[in-house]
Formats: sequence, C-alpha cells, structure tokens
Amino acid sequence: MDQTFWTYFFVIVTFGLYIGIAIYSRAGSTEEFYVAGHDVHPTVNGMATAADWMSAASFLSMAGLIAFLGYGGSVYLMGWTGGYVLLALLLAPYLREFGKFTVPDFVGDRYYSGAARVIAVICALFVSFTYIAGQMKGVGVAFSGFLGVPYNVGIMIGMAIVFIYAVMGGMKGITYTQVAQYVVLIFAYTVPAIFMSIIITGNPVPQLGFIGNAVGTELSMLEKLNNVVTDLGFTEYTQTTKSKMDVFCITAALMFGTAGLPHVIIRFFTVNSARAARKSAGWALLFIALLYTAAPAVGAFARMNFVDTVNNAVYIKDSENYAQRAAEIIAGGGKPVPIWYKDWEKTGLLKYEDLNGDGLMQYRGPNAPDGIKNEVDPSRDIFVLANPQIAQLPGWVVGLVVAGGLAAALSTAAGLLMVISSAVSHDLMKKTFRPDMSEKQEMFTARIAAAAAVICAGLLGIFASSLPFVAQVVAFAFGLAAASLFPIIVLGIFWKRMNKEGAITAMLTGLVTTFGYIYYFKFGSGTPDQWLWGVSPEGIGFVFMWLAGAAGVITAGLTPAPPQHIQDLVQDIRIPGQRAAALPRAASASASASAK
Amino acid sequence: MALCRSRPSFVNLWTRGGAPVSLGAKIDALGRNGEGTLQEVSSETGAPRDPAGYWRATLRLTITLLLIWFLVSFGAGILFREALDSFSIGGAPLGFWFAQNGAIYVFLVLIVIYCRKMTQYEAKFGIKA
Repeated sequence: MDQTFWTYFFVIVTFGLYIGIAIYSRAGSTEEFYVAGHDVHPTVNGMATAADWMSAASFLSMAGLIAFLGYGGSVYLMGWTGGYVLLALLLAPYLREFGKFTVPDFVGDRYYSGAARVIAVICALFVSFTYIAGQMKGVGVAFSGFLGVPYNVGIMIGMAIVFIYAVMGGMKGITYTQVAQYVVLIFAYTVPAIFMSIIITGNPVPQLGFIGNAVGTELSMLEKLNNVVTDLGFTEYTQTTKSKMDVFCITAALMFGTAGLPHVIIRFFTVNSARAARKSAGWALLFIALLYTAAPAVGAFARMNFVDTVNNAVYIKDSENYAQRAAEIIAGGGKPVPIWYKDWEKTGLLKYEDLNGDGLMQYRGPNAPDGIKNEVDPSRDIFVLANPQIAQLPGWVVGLVVAGGLAAALSTAAGLLMVISSAVSHDLMKKTFRPDMSEKQEMFTARIAAAAAVICAGLLGIFASSLPFVAQVVAFAFGLAAASLFPIIVLGIFWKRMNKEGAITAMLTGLVTTFGYIYYFKFGSGTPDQWLWGVSPEGIGFVFMWLAGAAGVITAGLTPAPPQHIQDLVQDIRIPGQRAAALPRAASASASASAK
Repeated sequence: MALCRSRPSFVNLWTRGGAPVSLGAKIDALGRNGEGTLQEVSSETGAPRDPAGYWRATLRLTITLLLIWFLVSFGAGILFREALDSFSIGGAPLGFWFAQNGAIYVFLVLIVIYCRKMTQYEAKFGIKA
C-alpha cells in the first residue's frame, strides 16, 4: 500500500469519526452549547483541553523549532506547559466557582461594567482570530502537501468539517470530538518518536533516549549532537545566542499568556465543580506533557538525522532517474541526497543552492571552521511531517502523522470558534445589546456567530497564506492575553478592592502598549537594538503585564471601592460551594423582580 | 444540609436591602467574627466550617507551590542554568534538562499536590465542594 492511500485512509476515517461524534452529541440548550452542560468528567475535559491547547504549531512546528534553536527552544517547552500551573492554582477553580459561560462574562460581572465586558470581548476576539488564522493555515498546508489538494480547497474542507461539529454541537460536540482528536494526535506523534528514538539511541522511550547514549558510541546523544553542530559552525545545541533576559521574558509571556487565553479558560467552565476544575487542569497537563516531553527528543533526533543524511550528500537534480543515479553514487562511495529530501523539495520547504559548484550539499552554520558557506536552507515546519520518511518508517505512519496534524489544527480551531461565537452571542448580544433575547434566539445567534466565525477564519487562512504573517502574529495572541486579560482576572479573584476603573485601565494599558510594541517591531520600522531592556516582541507581554497590573492597582486605589455585593461575590468564589448555595436565591430574587 | 436548613432565618436579612447580597458571605462574616449563633457543620466530615481558615491555608499552599514553580523553571532552567549544567542527568546537562524536560515533570507533580492538599483542606475546614 502506498503512502497516498494511507494518508487518504486516515484522513477520511478520522473526519468521519469527528462528524459521527458531532451528530451523536448535538447541543439542546445554551448551557450545552456554551459549556457542555457544566457536566464533563475531569479526565475527559483534561483530554479535550490538551487537544484544544495543542495546535498546529505544537504538533507541526515546535519540534522543528527546537531542532534549530536547541536550548533556545526551551522557551516553548516551559512556556506552553508552565501556564497550566497558573491555571490550576490561580484561575480555573475560581472561575468555575463563578459558574458562568465566558471570560468576558466574568469580567463584566466582577467589574459590574458593560464597558469592561466589551473591552474583554475585544481582547478575546483579537486573540482568538489571530490564533485561528494559524490553524487554518496548518490545515491548508497539510492538505496541499499530502493529498494533492490545492491549498484553498484544503482550507475549505477543513472549514466544512469544523462548521458541522461546532455549529451543531457547540461546546458539547467540540468536547467529544476533541477527545477523539487528542487520541489521534498523540498516537501520531508518539509512534514516529519511538521509532526514531530506537534508531538513534536504542531506547524505545524518547524521553529516556534524550538523555541516553547515541547508538554505537560511549558518547551521550546530546554530546554527540553538540560535537556535530559545532563542527559545522553552529552554536552548541545545549546553548543559545539569546540573552538570558529575553529567554526569561519569552518563557514568562508564553506562560502567563497561556493562562489568559480564553479558549483554554472556557474549557474549565465545562466541569461540574471547582474540585473537578483543579483535577482537570492536572489531567490536561499530563496529556500535554506526553507530547511536550517527547518534543525535545524529536527535535534533537531530527537535527542529528538531518545532518547525517543531508550534509555533504551528492545532489541529484533530476528526480525522474533518482533510483539509478543514487545507486551510481553509492557504488562510487558517495552519499546521494535522500529520497525524502526530493519529495519535500517540491513543497518549497527545503532549498539548496550550490554556491561553490561542487555538486555537494554543504550544510554549515554561521561560524563554520572550514569557511564553507551554507547551501541548504530547511524550513522549521517540515521536520515532524518528514520525520517518518527520514527515519524510513512505513507509509501508514506518514498517513497517520497527516491525520494527527489535521486533528491538532481542527481541535484548536474549534475551541477558538467557541470563544468567538459565545463572545458575540452571549456577551455582545444577550448581555449588552439585546438582553430581552429568549434562550432559543440566543442559541440561534450563537450558531450564526459560529458559522460566520468559521468563514472569517477560513478567509484569514487563505489570505494569510501569502504573507509571512502567521508565525509573527502568534506573538500578538500570547502577549495580549498575558498583558490584557491575565492581570484583571487574577486581581479580580485575589484582591476584593479591585474595581471597575482599575480593570478598565489595566486592560487598556496592556492592550495598547503590547499591541503598539509588537506592531512597531514586527510590522513597523523597529530594529532589535531599540528593544526595551533587550526584550523581544515575543516576550514583551510579560513586561507590560506588570505595567498593566500596576496601572490597574493604582487607579483602583484612587477610585471608590467596588460595591458590597461585588466584594461578597469575590468572597463566594474563593470558597467552594458557597456561591452555588447563594445562586438559586439570587436567581429567584431576580425572577421575582422582573415579574414585578 | 446544615446550610440549607439555616437559610430561612436569613431570608429577611438578605432581601431587605434589595441588593443581591450573598447568603454565604453573611454566614462567613458571622463565622469569622464569632458573633453569630449559627453553628455550621460539614455534612461530609463533621469538621466545623471555617471558610477563613480554608482561605488562609489555600493562599499559603498557592504561594509555596508557585515558589517551586518559579524555581524549577525560571530558576533551574534559566537563571542558574550554567551552574546546574556542571552536573548531569544521564547524558544531559542538568540545567538544560530542567529547561526541556524536568520542569514539565515538576509542574505536573505540583498540580497533583495542589489537588490532594485542597481536597484535604475542604475536609479539614468543613467546606462542601
């Protein structure tokens, strides 16, 4: 069976599975649509959160980034997992205890302000649309790279699938499809990782192979890799050229950004108690850690394999006669360019330019001791996709990896769509402009909003394809979440005195400074020597998070304390069960008030 | 259950002002000041209900765990990495390993400890989750 067959096989089977689950778990009420009825088991929610969280970037790009950045790639590993400690300890249980549907819902109620709610909606929409464009691009790349489907058609197929289960099932449908998607993606990530670990270190567990010896040597795998890359003129794999300050700030911005991302937070509204929310965060991190602890191993193995197979290989221009030419080169004692390289060259993700005209592919770093210029330029995104071929694994593994990449992209896109649709239908329509809407109307609005969001996301994916745009704007999503949403949520829980004025000041400060800084350096005329304290745009969200928090606290100190019922609300969400005991009374009171 | 039975006596208190003041906060305030006659007992464990003690314990635990969180990631993985790199775990420099693998394992352990401890606190302070 060939690779294309297996790719079609896995993609069609998994897509069918997602649609089947969606039909089985349709949402019947707004509660089911927004938060899956507040009744998801903590383990199930942990798995769904893991799929929700691990995007096309985690699945497809991260190991490749680490392969090239070495120690510098640690910012992603620590940054995208450490945020779960913050979520578990500072946010998830309290927000669950609060017991509403969305992040702007919390902001609007806690800060007794429609304006604060609308600003939170803007932050949530901005963060989510930024993020979703990247997912749609991932879907397009996977389709066009493997199934011979044009990029735009690939995106439309992806849109159609997400449309079916997000619009029909809402959060309930998304939760159960995300569970299926987690299983697909973790299997697809782990299988090649195990095979590669066996090939390079002889140990089937990638996490152990990572710290083990390279096959056939007394040298540890990492020492060998350090030697290999320094011989070619790169920085040692276990070192970085980034400043300590910058590594610190990027890691922190990703951590606090993770904890402030609305699509992650809303997953914790779907369980039935604060205790379940805490457990759920633990399960989520466990499921995420399965991939994240394997990723640095995959990155190191990929770098090693790449140097081994590509450096000083004899280039074969004509892929028609590849087999014959390769045999001739081997007979002559040379090393032919590997077949996977020829396959991937077509996608434009690998580039080779024979600068010295010797027909060999010299792969060199900036400080090559032999003075040879680098001739090979691989994209960071190919490694996870090409790894099964690099390690000469069977065709079905390749098909599985494609299905896994699509699962990662679609599950994250669906979670983001929920944030967008609930922000529009619940926070903008129901809570701000049309409070008299019935539940049925709100549900209809939510479905329309989800549908519109799918279309916008697809268009973003299509238009963003021509720009080197997506990787850069991800800095926006994390920076904004860290600087605008995280401080006011935490202050809202841990400081009763925090008021409306302080919250609005903090959100606007975080939003404007972070947006301005990133825009100036990513799209404007900024140069790295102008960075504030040497902090890159990726890490600036952490700096401005403190600025926003400080501005909020000072403003709150200068303005009146929040009303007593708000301070009581804060008191209630800190103690599990207390608010639930108070809520039915509040509901019946407001019902009798509106009856009058 | 104790909570439910005690509710009617607070209905007047609660509705008089018109503002949606929460019942729980009232009980909490009474319990803390020791002025109230209300004697609440958790139906699950029989421990006396003590929300203020629960919150103090929660804050202490949260701060302790966040300190460890900071030390293993920003500390071991970034600030003191060079010093730790002179040691190794298997074939990996220790600081590098913390940054790429070790911190993640510790994060997981921290959340597990947090869940366990919080469940214990709920029992100890009579909080019904």
